[in-house]
Amino acid sequence: MTLHPILAALRKHKAGVVLIALQIALTLAIVCNAVFIIGQRIERVNRPTGLVENDLFLVTQQWVGAPSGDEPGGVAKLDTMQMEDLAALRNLPDVASVAPINTMPLLNSSWNGSMALKPGQELRQGQARTTYYFGDEQMLSTLGLRLVAGRGFTAGDVQHRGFRDTTSPAIVIVTKELADKLFPQGGAVGKTVYIDGSSSPTAIVGVVERLQVPSTGSWVNGFTWNATLVPTRLNANFSRYVVRAKPGRLDAAMRAVAPALYKVNPMRVLDDDSVRSFAEIRDKAYRADRGMAILMGVVCLILLCVTAAGIVGLTSFWVGQRHRQIGVRRALGARKVDILRYFQIENLLIAGAGVVIGVLLAVGLNLWLMSHYEMTRIPLPYVLTGVLAMLAIGQAAVFVPARRASNVPPVEATRAA
Amino acid sequence: MFGYYLDLALRSLKRNKALTALMVLAIALGIGASMTTLTVLHVLSGDPLPGRSGKLFYPQLDPQDMDGYKPQDEPPTQVGWIDGIALLHAGRARHQALMTGGAVPIQPMQSAIDPFFEDARYTSADFFPMFEVPFLYGHGWNAADDEASARVAVLSRKLNDKLFGGKDSTGQTLRMDDVAFRIVGVLDSWRPTPHFYDLHTGSYSAEEGVFVPLTTATDLKFARNGSTDCWGKGMSDDMKTATCTWLQFWVQLDTPAEAVAYKQFLLNYSQEQKALGRFQRPANVRLRNVMDWLDYNKVVPSDVHLQVWLAFGFLLVCLVNTVGLMLAKFLRRSAELGVRRALGASRRSLFAQLLVEAGAVGLVGGAGGLLLALLGLWLVRRQPSDYAALAHLDLPMLLATFASAVLATLLAGLLPAWRACLIPPALQLKSN
Repeated sequence: MTLHPILAALRKHKAGVVLIALQIALTLAIVCNAVFIIGQRIERVNRPTGLVENDLFLVTQQWVGAPSGDEPGGVAKLDTMQMEDLAALRNLPDVASVAPINTMPLLNSSWNGSMALKPGQELRQGQARTTYYFGDEQMLSTLGLRLVAGRGFTAGDVQHRGFRDTTSPAIVIVTKELADKLFPQGGAVGKTVYIDGSSSPTAIVGVVERLQVPSTGSWVNGFTWNATLVPTRLNANFSRYVVRAKPGRLDAAMRAVAPALYKVNPMRVLDDDSVRSFAEIRDKAYRADRGMAILMGVVCLILLCVTAAGIVGLTSFWVGQRHRQIGVRRALGARKVDILRYFQIENLLIAGAGVVIGVLLAVGLNLWLMSHYEMTRIPLPYVLTGVLAMLAIGQAAVFVPARRASNVPPVEATRAA
Repeated sequence: MFGYYLDLALRSLKRNKALTALMVLAIALGIGASMTTLTVLHVLSGDPLPGRSGKLFYPQLDPQDMDGYKPQDEPPTQVGWIDGIALLHAGRARHQALMTGGAVPIQPMQSAIDPFFEDARYTSADFFPMFEVPFLYGHGWNAADDEASARVAVLSRKLNDKLFGGKDSTGQTLRMDDVAFRIVGVLDSWRPTPHFYDLHTGSYSAEEGVFVPLTTATDLKFARNGSTDCWGKGMSDDMKTATCTWLQFWVQLDTPAEAVAYKQFLLNYSQEQKALGRFQRPANVRLRNVMDWLDYNKVVPSDVHLQVWLAFGFLLVCLVNTVGLMLAKFLRRSAELGVRRALGASRRSLFAQLLVEAGAVGLVGGAGGLLLALLGLWLVRRQPSDYAALAHLDLPMLLATFASAVLATLLAGLLPAWRACLIPPALQLKSN
């Protein structure tokens, strides 16, 4: 079949052809970018924190009428209270391990600073920004972090100090990402660094494979994996404990926490938000991203349906309009399949023109989004998939009206004009 | 004539139900999605204190040392204790308030309620008159209470309902973190949106449950919420001497002249501090009013903007779709239109007839769009984000929904109607 008659016929329906092509182009541009955004969100939500997240939960509590960390002996008293809590939690039957901690990945509450190779460099101008996790010797095992070099903390390493005391720790463990940034040649273990512009040295004793910082905001994009673990219990009138339940005993362990802590010391506040599973923390942190992905998905789906319905509508109209011509072609010897092919190829030509414009629009839209929002360049596979999907939808939509056209009997040619 | 056109339009729409339904649905979906996202945007980018926001200003200073100094940098978004107190005591504005957010453990007298945390605001006395906070019972405290670190508190209506069953609780005692406070006032419902006076504790968070004087909270070392940004020697045990910014400072300046004078005062203050050696950087001050401050901080989440763009793209596709379908529909009726032309109907009256038909589709589509927008907003409200509860359709948006649906469909009908009118009557009569 030559294309000439099809093109000649299309020239008679310029407005309709332009509208379908335009609709396909716009749909392609929007759907490509929306799917790309969905893909990015899914990737973001699914990135591992570095923790073993099953059976993990966090306890946040505050003592009432506790001594202030500023008064003499206050820090020591607060530390004793914290140790009592830890002992009580570690004794629970469903609990595997417990560590004090100041924050958790995805909790969006963080203590940030910087690490430098030379002493006295300004707080925020060191070689690498980082977030601190303060805890004890059980922090690594409770969180489920994987040590890739050096050693973990021992009970002898662990210090304690007031919440606002900024003395530099003697030793730290860093993530591999942070170690590589500071020491691109490797061998970070045993090296000396200076924290937050301090002039007292800190030694790196170990490197963990991966640990995300607590914040999920865009402002941490430069240091999402630059975490530092400090073997220090922070003493304040509140405390957080990260607890690993025995496998499958998460609910039981979570329920046992409040009674156990109240038994140690009833003068404290533990409310509904105080005991949260890590799954819950993760859910909350990425809620907006998930909502956005679902919304984009639904809009894309409806958009594709609307476009397909539009193609069905216009093609049906054309089929109705050309009833007689189809009859004439049939009477002159065209087979049913020829008529079917005619409409399919016609649609392919229109959709083809549409996707060419659509690809340009998609790239343009992507560039515009990049300049206004946090967005990266759309990868080619997304656009190609979009093109194929649009062509396939066009063919699927045209099939029913085209088959109806192919069923027009040759006798139609003889009907009165 | 209009009635006749409407009758013709309804007959024509009824004749091809599937096509009509498709057009109405496309318009409804496009309008519904656009209106849902626009309403959310409208709510989120609203003026928190209409009529007053132009008079409220947020002074910024740069007290940092020279490390990492870049001349084009903006000053920090908060102030430290020393500068905050100095500006507060200078009293150069009609009202001024120094504040920060926090959370306090509340120990109810009734044993039926377990102790719980409540979001709190630690502020100086002018907070209430400056923001014109409505009181249900009692009143705020005064500058003397600030000076004396008085143990006084103001409750939100919600907390008062929870603790005292909504009764006038002024004069009663509230225990917070083992300290007894005298309740001096209860606020009426008040929720400025966005939470402009402290964006660090959430751009759209609800108002705090309890308000206490900043001096009292600082003396008692109540726990803070929000952001602390430090330089130089950084944090210390005493936040009053720490080289950190952690407080918000607001002033009320009634006239532009006062604002100019206040900015000059900030400049002079910075220069004086630099001369004294406390500040090291060249004077760098800002004085933004509420709406400028919200713009500068880009409080409306970029996702919300993206959703609006997405919805409008969607509407555009729906309209193109409607144009195509209407074109098909009108041209299909060439014969009928030809007869009307031959019987003497002018092009203009044909055009009017077809536009009435388009308008009818728009009206039904608009009603559908409104329902979908209500459904969409209901879904938004079920989301657990801070601003979810605020997503309601107000009257202007409701009218805008209808107007935009009808207008959009009329626009979509222009081309098809025009094309259909161009058909010469004789040809149509002959060919069919």
